[in-house]
Amino acid sequence: MTDLFTTYTGSVLQMLLIAAGYLGFFAIAGLLLVWLERRVAAFFQLRLGPNRVGPFGLMQTIADALKLLSKELTGTDKADKFLYNLAPYFVIITALIALAVLPFSQQIQAFDINIGLFFLTAVSSVGVIGILLGGWSSNNKYALIGAMRSGVQTVSYELSVGLSLLTMVLLTGSLQLSEIIEVQKDGWLIVQGHVPALIAFLIFMIAGTAETNRAPFDLVEAESELGAGFHTEYSGMKFAYFFLAEFINMFIIAAIAVVVFFGGWLSPFGITESLPWLGAFWFLGKTLVIIFLMMWFRWTFPRLRVDQILTLEWKYLLPINLFNIVFMAVIIWLNLEIKF
Amino acid sequence: MGQIVFYILAAIIIVFAVAAVNSRKILHSVIYLLFVLASISGIYFLINYTFLGALQLAIYAGGVIVLIIFSVMLTHNIDSKLETASVTSKILAGILSIAGVATTLFAIYTYQFTPVKNFNAIEITDIGTKLLSYERGGFILPFEVISLLLLAILIGAIVIAKGQHLIEQEYKQNQQ
Repeated sequence: MTDLFTTYTGSVLQMLLIAAGYLGFFAIAGLLLVWLERRVAAFFQLRLGPNRVGPFGLMQTIADALKLLSKELTGTDKADKFLYNLAPYFVIITALIALAVLPFSQQIQAFDINIGLFFLTAVSSVGVIGILLGGWSSNNKYALIGAMRSGVQTVSYELSVGLSLLTMVLLTGSLQLSEIIEVQKDGWLIVQGHVPALIAFLIFMIAGTAETNRAPFDLVEAESELGAGFHTEYSGMKFAYFFLAEFINMFIIAAIAVVVFFGGWLSPFGITESLPWLGAFWFLGKTLVIIFLMMWFRWTFPRLRVDQILTLEWKYLLPINLFNIVFMAVIIWLNLEIKF
Repeated sequence: MGQIVFYILAAIIIVFAVAAVNSRKILHSVIYLLFVLASISGIYFLINYTFLGALQLAIYAGGVIVLIIFSVMLTHNIDSKLETASVTSKILAGILSIAGVATTLFAIYTYQFTPVKNFNAIEITDIGTKLLSYERGGFILPFEVISLLLLAILIGAIVIAKGQHLIEQEYKQNQQ
C-alpha cells in the first residue's frame, strides 16, 4: 500500500493542484465577468454602473459574493430535497469539466484529447439536466415552466452548435483542439473558409447565446413572466452556483468560437510568434472580445417568444446550416480556401 | 492508478444501479441511472477510448436521460411515488438477474482475453472512413440502414405531432 502511495502521490498531487488552479482562476474570472456585464450594461444604458467599491467598482462583485456566501440557504418544505440540492452542482460541474479541454496557450491545456470539440459538445449537453432538475424539484410552477423552456431551447439549439462546428471541422480535418489551432497558422479559419465560415460563425454565435440561456434567448428566466425562472426557489450560494455557471458557460462558448474561428492563442498575422508565452494573453483577449459581443446582444435585442425561438432554430438556422455544410464541402473540393 | 480508478467507478456503477431499481421516486431513479451511465463513460475514458466515452455522454446522458426527464416532468407530480412490487415479481426479477449475472460471469471467465500491444487512441478519421467504406470490413450498409430508420422516425414524429385532424384537412384541400 505504501509503495502504491509513493508512486501515485506525485500524479495525484499534480492533478489536484491543476484542478485547484483552474477552480481559483474561474471563480475570479466569473466575478470579473459579472462586474464586466454590469459595467457594459451601464455603458449601453448611459449609466455608470458599480463604481464605489474599489477602483472602477472592481471589488463590488467580491463584496456581492461574500454576501451570497454568508446568506441563509432557504428552501421550500415541499421541494424534492435530494434533487433540489443536487441540481446546482450538475450545472457548475459540467461547466467546469468543459474547461479542461480548452487550450489557453501552446503549453496550458489540461486534457488534449483527439475528440476535443466533440467532447465539448457532449459535456455541454449534460448541463441542461441540472436546470431541468432544479425547475422540477423546486415544486414551483414558475420554476417548472422555466425548466421546460430551457430544455426545449437547449435540445434544439445544440443541433445548430454542433452542425456549425462540424462545418469548420471540414476545414481542419481534426477534432483535436491543439491541431485545429495548428491548422490556423496559415490564416484563421474564418479567413480560410471565408463565406461559409462566416455563415457558420453567425449561426454559432446565435445558437451559442441560446445554449447559455442568455438574452435575447433568456425566456428561461424571463423576469417579467416567471419571477426568476428555474432558479426562483434558490438562494444564497446555490443561486450563486447557477449564476457562476452561466458566466463560465458564456466563457466556454466564447472560447470555442475563438479556437474554431479566430486562431485560439495564435497572434494576429504572427506578430508575436517569437514570444510564445503571449499565447494566453491573445487567447483571453480574443475571448473577452467575443464575450463583449454577447453582452452587446443582451442589451440590444428584445427577448424572443417560445414559438419564435423554435421557428428560428428549426425553420431557419437548421436548413441554412445543412446547406452551409455542403457549401463548405464544395469550397474545399474546389480548393477555394484562402491560405497565406 | 488505473486500477484504483476502475474499482471506484465500478463501485459507483453497482451502487447506483441498485439504487435506481430500488428508488420509489421515478426522477430519483433517472438520476441514479444517469450516474451509472456517466461512470460507464468514465471507464471508456480510462481505457483511452475517448470517442466512445464522449458518445456515451452525448447520447445517453445528454439525449436519453434528458428525454426521460422530460416525459417524467410532463406526467408525474412531485408527490407521486411508485408502488412497491409484489413478492412474486420480486422473486422472479431476482431469479432473472441472478441468471443474467451467471451468464455474464460465465462468458467473462471462459473467454480468452488477449492484451493488445502498442495500443494507440482510435483516430476519429478511421471511424469516419470505416463507416463509409464499402470494401471488406466497411460499415456502409448499416450506416445507410440507420439513416433510413432515422428518416422514418422523423417523418413519423411529424405525422404524430400534426395529428389526424390536420392531416385529413390538408388531404381534403389537396383533393379540391
